[in-house]
Amino acid sequence: MGYQTTLAKMNALFADLSKDYVIYAPKRFVGDGTFVNIDTIRYGEITDLAEIEFAEKSDYSFKEVLLPISETLFYFTENEMKEADAPKKGAIVFLRSCDLYGLKRLDTIYLENGAVDTYYKRLRDHTKFILMGCENSFENCFCVSMGTQKSNDYDAYIKVEGHTVLVDSHWDVLDTALTGEAQTIVIADSVTANETVVTIPETVPQTLFESPFWEDYGNRCIACGRCNFVCPTCTCFTMQDIFYTDNGKAGERRRVWASCHVDGYTDMAGGHAFRNDKGQRMRFKVLHKINDYKRRFGSHMCIGCGRCDDVCPEYISFANCINELNTLTKEEI
Amino acid sequence: MTVTNPYTPFLSKITEVIKHTEIEYTFRMAYQGDVLPGQFFEVSLPKFGEAPISVSGIGDGTVDLTIRKVGKVTNEIFENYVGDSLFLRGPYGNGFDIDNYKGKEILLVAGGTGLSPVKGIVDYFSAHPEDCQGFTLLVGFKSPKDVLFKKDFEKWEKNINVIMTVDTPEDGYCGKCGLVTQYIPEIPINHSDHAVGIVVGPPMMMKCTLTELFNVGFKEENIWISQERKMCCGIGKCGHCKIDDTYICLDGPVFNYTKGKFLKD
Repeated sequence: MGYQTTLAKMNALFADLSKDYVIYAPKRFVGDGTFVNIDTIRYGEITDLAEIEFAEKSDYSFKEVLLPISETLFYFTENEMKEADAPKKGAIVFLRSCDLYGLKRLDTIYLENGAVDTYYKRLRDHTKFILMGCENSFENCFCVSMGTQKSNDYDAYIKVEGHTVLVDSHWDVLDTALTGEAQTIVIADSVTANETVVTIPETVPQTLFESPFWEDYGNRCIACGRCNFVCPTCTCFTMQDIFYTDNGKAGERRRVWASCHVDGYTDMAGGHAFRNDKGQRMRFKVLHKINDYKRRFGSHMCIGCGRCDDVCPEYISFANCINELNTLTKEEI
Repeated sequence: MTVTNPYTPFLSKITEVIKHTEIEYTFRMAYQGDVLPGQFFEVSLPKFGEAPISVSGIGDGTVDLTIRKVGKVTNEIFENYVGDSLFLRGPYGNGFDIDNYKGKEILLVAGGTGLSPVKGIVDYFSAHPEDCQGFTLLVGFKSPKDVLFKKDFEKWEKNINVIMTVDTPEDGYCGKCGLVTQYIPEIPINHSDHAVGIVVGPPMMMKCTLTELFNVGFKEENIWISQERKMCCGIGKCGHCKIDDTYICLDGPVFNYTKGKFLKD
């Protein structure tokens, strides 16, 4: 159902919802970027729609709401373990169309690939998603190439125009709260073209695994893992046990984000490791995103947000990599 | 819907500890439930973490986990196991299906601790030699003092053909020396094109062994391998063990070679 209402009304509505939900949205953190006078846009809790950065792409994705950077699984004392409590409140997340497709990738890994992940599911079941439209394509986005520029799979779409707010609701709670407001047809903004266009090879032959093409990336990549950490579809983690310094018999087991680009990711007991070369890591990531995930689950993992290109300190372009890989694949076949 | 937490370990009592070498012990753990050779458990020690360990033996109400003291978790297990328990999660992975090998000539080639995940197969066929047309265990260790499962060898040799070799002999050692590959041509296999090969060990040992098996006529579809990777969660989430579109913890670690040959890191 579509509605036209006021910013004041929506803020009051979200204030009411905040009794049961923490509301997360991309916010501008002034001067918090990597360099001097550079802002960063990342997810944080909001209490007013005016805090949301609608006009620019967020540097970081929404995934940390459902997959916290560091998440306690258990608390333990000697031979007893206690599962960490779930958050008391649910979550409402503002995100873009491509990110909604990223959500599907997280669901696939955490709910469908093997056993259902308890910690993810208990957050996911109590999270609502509000779409932020894209009036224009942002730098490095290639959502149109990935088919992720438009999604109707949201709980609500919200567009703020001055003091007016347009809402398309798929959520009965919002419908009830907006009863009496002017009804209108609301169609979510979405782009139809991006400046960056990628062509994904149908299948990448295994002969290209050994291609010198990857060596260029081995020489440039510094294994910082930023591309993984900003990606809404990177799902990997590692487990850590810690114990409290003031009580050595008590501690907790956590999972923390891990990254296939970072040193130590494949280390095994005894010192053996795989993919020590950074070019091999690039090959592993790229093929995971646009080749083998699709073979297993039926869709490409990459959703074309371009954040990896935005953030790379070595100016490595994932989009260019795919296009060059497509050229090499054609030559190989 | 209530979801059972797949990360929850259970407490398992250590019923026996069998010392093989200074740094390799078998921990016999209380366990009731189905388990196959080649599957693995996440062995968990609060405050130190988890480590994936292959099942090296299956008993009545027990599983054997052969652990090498080689990292943070295993060091602590060796230091503090005495008379105690360990936390386990699992079993995970597909394991070896004994039915795939029944009625066949079988050559099992293992290197070092690679014998652990396949020991259940050797245990079965040495106890039921009538279930196969012939069974040869070819296993290599670095040196005589690295040999695992010495008492089991005495039992196995009664019913199956066992060839044990070491890379580096020591004074007083009078057994076989050299790499496992050099013994493959000598093994009496009547119909190598129908025989089953099972190969587990360090990557280079597996590569050379497979080459030799093909040289003597083994077919790819009759060979099984087990892959070793870092497996942090064991349930297809953490991504560490993923190769191509395969999760070793879910789809493996046991693979027929026709599939396993495409797994390139």
